[in-house]
Amino acid sequence: MGKTLFDKVWDAHVVTEIPGGNQVLYIDRHLIHEVTSPQAFNGLRRRELPLLRKDRIVATADHNVPTKDQDKPISEPLSAKQVRMLTENCAEFDVPLYGLGHPYQGIVHVIGPELGITRPGITMVCGDSHTSTHGAFGAVAFGIGTSQVEQVMATQCLLLTKPKKMRINVEGDLSPGVTAKDIILYVISKLGTGGGTGYFVEYAGSAIRALSMEGRMTICNMSIEMGARGGLIAPDQTTFDYLAGREFSPQGKDWEAAVAYWKTLPTDPDANFDVEHTYRAEEITPMVTYGTNPGMGMGVRESIPVSSDIHGAAGIAKAMKYMDLEAGKPIHELAIDYVFIGSCTNSRIEDLRAVVDLVGDKQVAPSVTAIVVPGSQQVAKQAIAEGLDQKLIAAGFEFRGAGCSACLGMNEDKVPAGKYCVSTSNRNFEGRQGPGARTILASPLTAAAAAITGKVTDVRDLLLQPA
Amino acid sequence: MTPFTTLSTTAVPLPIEDVDTDQIIPARFLKAVTRDGFGENLFRDWRFDKDGQMKEDFVLNNPLYRGEILVAGANFGCGSSREHAAWAIGDYGFRVVVSSYFADIFRGNALNNGILPLVVSPTLLDEIFKTIEADPQARFTVNLEAQTFKNETTGTVSTFDIDSYKKTCLINGYDDIDYLLSQRELIEKFEQERQDFSLV
Ligand code: SF4
Repeated sequence: MGKTLFDKVWDAHVVTEIPGGNQVLYIDRHLIHEVTSPQAFNGLRRRELPLLRKDRIVATADHNVPTKDQDKPISEPLSAKQVRMLTENCAEFDVPLYGLGHPYQGIVHVIGPELGITRPGITMVCGDSHTSTHGAFGAVAFGIGTSQVEQVMATQCLLLTKPKKMRINVEGDLSPGVTAKDIILYVISKLGTGGGTGYFVEYAGSAIRALSMEGRMTICNMSIEMGARGGLIAPDQTTFDYLAGREFSPQGKDWEAAVAYWKTLPTDPDANFDVEHTYRAEEITPMVTYGTNPGMGMGVRESIPVSSDIHGAAGIAKAMKYMDLEAGKPIHELAIDYVFIGSCTNSRIEDLRAVVDLVGDKQVAPSVTAIVVPGSQQVAKQAIAEGLDQKLIAAGFEFRGAGCSACLGMNEDKVPAGKYCVSTSNRNFEGRQGPGARTILASPLTAAAAAITGKVTDVRDLLLQPA
Repeated sequence: MTPFTTLSTTAVPLPIEDVDTDQIIPARFLKAVTRDGFGENLFRDWRFDKDGQMKEDFVLNNPLYRGEILVAGANFGCGSSREHAAWAIGDYGFRVVVSSYFADIFRGNALNNGILPLVVSPTLLDEIFKTIEADPQARFTVNLEAQTFKNETTGTVSTFDIDSYKKTCLINGYDDIDYLLSQRELIEKFEQERQDFSLV
């Protein structure tokens, strides 16, 4: 019987199997950031262990960094301390660090791919659940806890049971105004936040193959929001074209050999999945979330369900109380206060270009605070080179420095209690963007549309308007 | 890691589904650089309002409910991979979390910290909630060696699954790193023998 892409990559990294079904899995690449690494470094020191492979680990600072005045010291003392600890730990253990001020600094899941550290066929981990992003390249990439960060530092391996396999096919063509973000919000709204638990998901089908690498990363990024261990997409010419010539991509003969290997990775036609779902791209409309988990999503024109197959009435009622919304009613045209365009889901150059294109010469509504936060210094640099920053500023957006920003209430960028924020990030949990903040997840296009109108908006209405 | 064998205790009910780790420990409390003290902020925004006043209606603030077992709705621990969630639960004093299923990363993090994520059927979960509702002092007994969970009120004994390796780790207080370090030679052999396209 044939093998799936996931089988091929996973099985090639099994060092040994132990009784009870656990396998020792070799990890090729380890990314670390300031929040989930200090206790791991402490563990190494306590056990007097060295870092096993320094050529396989890369560090950056992203969660705690301010996105304004990045050249000045971090004002919040605890954030400053965590970032300083990362710097000290990396110096002591000789880990390459792309910290604040470094031209490669940025959100860990943005910099891995753009530097060519992420690539097909590898195993990759980070103490961060959105490590699933890197699966867009056909890597087996997944988030781990801090104890596991320490295990990888000390042994370059993890003890795991192999997850089951799911394939999600999206066939057909996306309609105008519908993006990769809408695909994944749609899928999660069908499967729920627990629908992928225990599985590694392969995304396939013509609508997935048609996506750029940026779009594929957006899809894989949110695999964790349906509970999947990770998501991945078969590498193809789009993948190779993206990686060619990147800072750490293989060169010359090595590149040829690597591409030849990568071409062997896609799922064999006779391979089996434990579960398979198929959706039609034409059925997907611009999506928004109405509740307090990413599974509570719907088409922007739909009404909030009172209950659904996935969410019981009690769960929706609890979410409605937090969101101050009413089940049975639509949220189209709901007045909003903030727009956040950023996070490891949607902060890449293509996202910024899409926003600028949509905004054109329109202005951000006076009632809205809209911020655009590029995912990395390199994205920021590219945006500036293309003049995107000036266009955004002229339209009334703030253009910030790279970091996780308002995706999570850990740095200075927060949404105040009770305010509505249309956000391109990945989580609308209670308090995620700050205590009491109300998050509506959406694509960059839908977020930009909301910034202009000051309301939850069907972006297709703006696309139809004559220029 | 503290070894785990048996436990007989009252339980705290949290009949909410999809409890995410942002609720278990909000991001603003992730700035510590050690593993200690997270229990204080367990379920912070459900326990306290924005002025730091206790929310009377939250179960952890109700003196009727105490114990080392937390019983929660399906899909407990979804969302962020922060191990701080497991640290907060352990530091607060829970040794077992019972649910009908757990998010994968949380389950792994709990096991790596000597906390048992105990999976029961949805029907049994309902029964447990009903038992606690009828009597907050109801006791439950977990026997890891025998892999049994007993509702002392109804007398229902159920068995639960756990892989044999993880079971040994919990009973002896070992963690994965001890095991992986013992595999050093195999790991180095693997590195030498394979064709590696990850670094070139
Ligand atoms: S952008 Fe948000 S989801 Fe992504 S790594 Fe940062 S905090 Fe996590």
